[in-house]
Amino acid sequence: MKKIEAIIRPGKLDSVKDALSNHGVNGLTVTQVIGCGKQKGNTQIYRGVEYTVHLIPKVKIQIVVMDKYVDEIIQIITKEARTGEIGDGKIFVSAVENAITIRTGATGEQAL
Amino acid sequence: MDTGDTGFIMISTALVFLMTPGLALFYGGMVRKKNVLSTLMHSWIIIGIISLQWILVGYTLAFGPDNHGLIGSLNWLGLNGVGMDPNADYAATIPAIVFMAFQMMFAVITPALISGSIAERMRFPAFIVFTLLWATFVYDPLAHWVWGVGGFLRTLGALDFAGGNVVHISSGYSALIAALVLGKRKGFGKDSMAPHHVPMTVLGAGLLWFGWFGFNAGSALGANGLAGMAFVNTNTAAAAAAIAWAVVERIHRGKSTILGAASGAVAGLVAITPGAGFVTPLSAIFIGLVGGTVCYLAISVIKAKFGYDDALDAFGCHGIGGTWGALATGIFATKTINPAGADGLFYGNASLLGIQGMSVAITVVFTVTATFIILKVISLVMKLRVSEEAESTGLDLSLHGESAYSEFV
Repeated sequence: MKKIEAIIRPGKLDSVKDALSNHGVNGLTVTQVIGCGKQKGNTQIYRGVEYTVHLIPKVKIQIVVMDKYVDEIIQIITKEARTGEIGDGKIFVSAVENAITIRTGATGEQAL
Repeated sequence: MDTGDTGFIMISTALVFLMTPGLALFYGGMVRKKNVLSTLMHSWIIIGIISLQWILVGYTLAFGPDNHGLIGSLNWLGLNGVGMDPNADYAATIPAIVFMAFQMMFAVITPALISGSIAERMRFPAFIVFTLLWATFVYDPLAHWVWGVGGFLRTLGALDFAGGNVVHISSGYSALIAALVLGKRKGFGKDSMAPHHVPMTVLGAGLLWFGWFGFNAGSALGANGLAGMAFVNTNTAAAAAAIAWAVVERIHRGKSTILGAASGAVAGLVAITPGAGFVTPLSAIFIGLVGGTVCYLAISVIKAKFGYDDALDAFGCHGIGGTWGALATGIFATKTINPAGADGLFYGNASLLGIQGMSVAITVVFTVTATFIILKVISLVMKLRVSEEAESTGLDLSLHGESAYSEFV
């Protein structure tokens, strides 16, 4: 089992979610994050004084899937989330030791 | 000059003023977080622009001495001749300068209503130019036709107590045209565009209802029984419409929402505006019930069916609500409430309804055509719509360099 964490533009959340759902992935966790990378911050003005804010809002999607689906899902996320501009985000893949469904007690791949 | 009348109209002026910041909050809560400040800015900048435009040229065009029933003369340019003495033609018991100020607040809120339909995608310079041109070439002539001495719709006998035609029908139908010309928001129909702060919208609706007492009762232009009657009609119609919307929504969708109840109240307030000083409170109940229902259907059934992106339902509330209100006035007006008015269909006079219908039709044709031309002319010299990237990032940051809610801290 692998955890896929994708940090993407907030505006892309709906299309990524829909695309994943069309491929049978209905369980995911979404968090609002702020972060920085290559994308420059934005300049804001408060009563005539300029401030540069370096941390930019993004959205993080987390899914846990069976190993055999990882490549396909990465492709789906990348296709929906990419704009070609700096700031499209990143995807990280890590190993998961176990997964348990609280309602039924199922473990391992049965829980996904 | 009467001190009671003057005091009352000055307070009413302040109440109507408050409706524009109230509208800002009403609209602001309904847009997405990234666009709330740009939405507030629309209303706020209009307060600035029209407050100046009105005293320089708007007032004289609207209420100045008549030219062929179509427009006022420029005699009162820069408030020349508008002083502390009453003007016998307009509110003979209050200073002319007070009457001017009262009317100014109506001129301010009307373009602000239009901003609801183009929310989240219009360029700021284009919006400012549009406001100036619309105020001068649409609002000012229309106010003259309906309220100016010698104005041709007034001469025709059309009744509009507080601005059903001048404010709501004009802004509502113009809003529809603007929404169509600007086009739909990116992701409309697919992405979530839910309100980001419903409590803000409810606060705005409350301020609107409060201010509307000045809007309608103040239009009696005196601290008298007619103002009291208009006050009661206003509250009654708002209440009935809020209930109607809640009930219809429950039947249609299974649950009543606060956003619906608040929107319903606003629809009722719009609907009673032309008839507030001409109908009975019992008629106001009916006007509110129908107004709330008809606006609900316009927004959740007709808009959904035709698919136009009137983002904040400026047309659904003000265009449709105002149309119903104008026609309802033609049905329920009675001289027993206001001898200076007329009797409507319900009281045995069918001709008033016809006059109201004609007045509505003329207003619609004029405002729709003029708005379309103004937008097209502006688009020849500048872009109306923001870039796709600006729209995605959000107008608060892209257009104003501001963020409403600091992330984290």
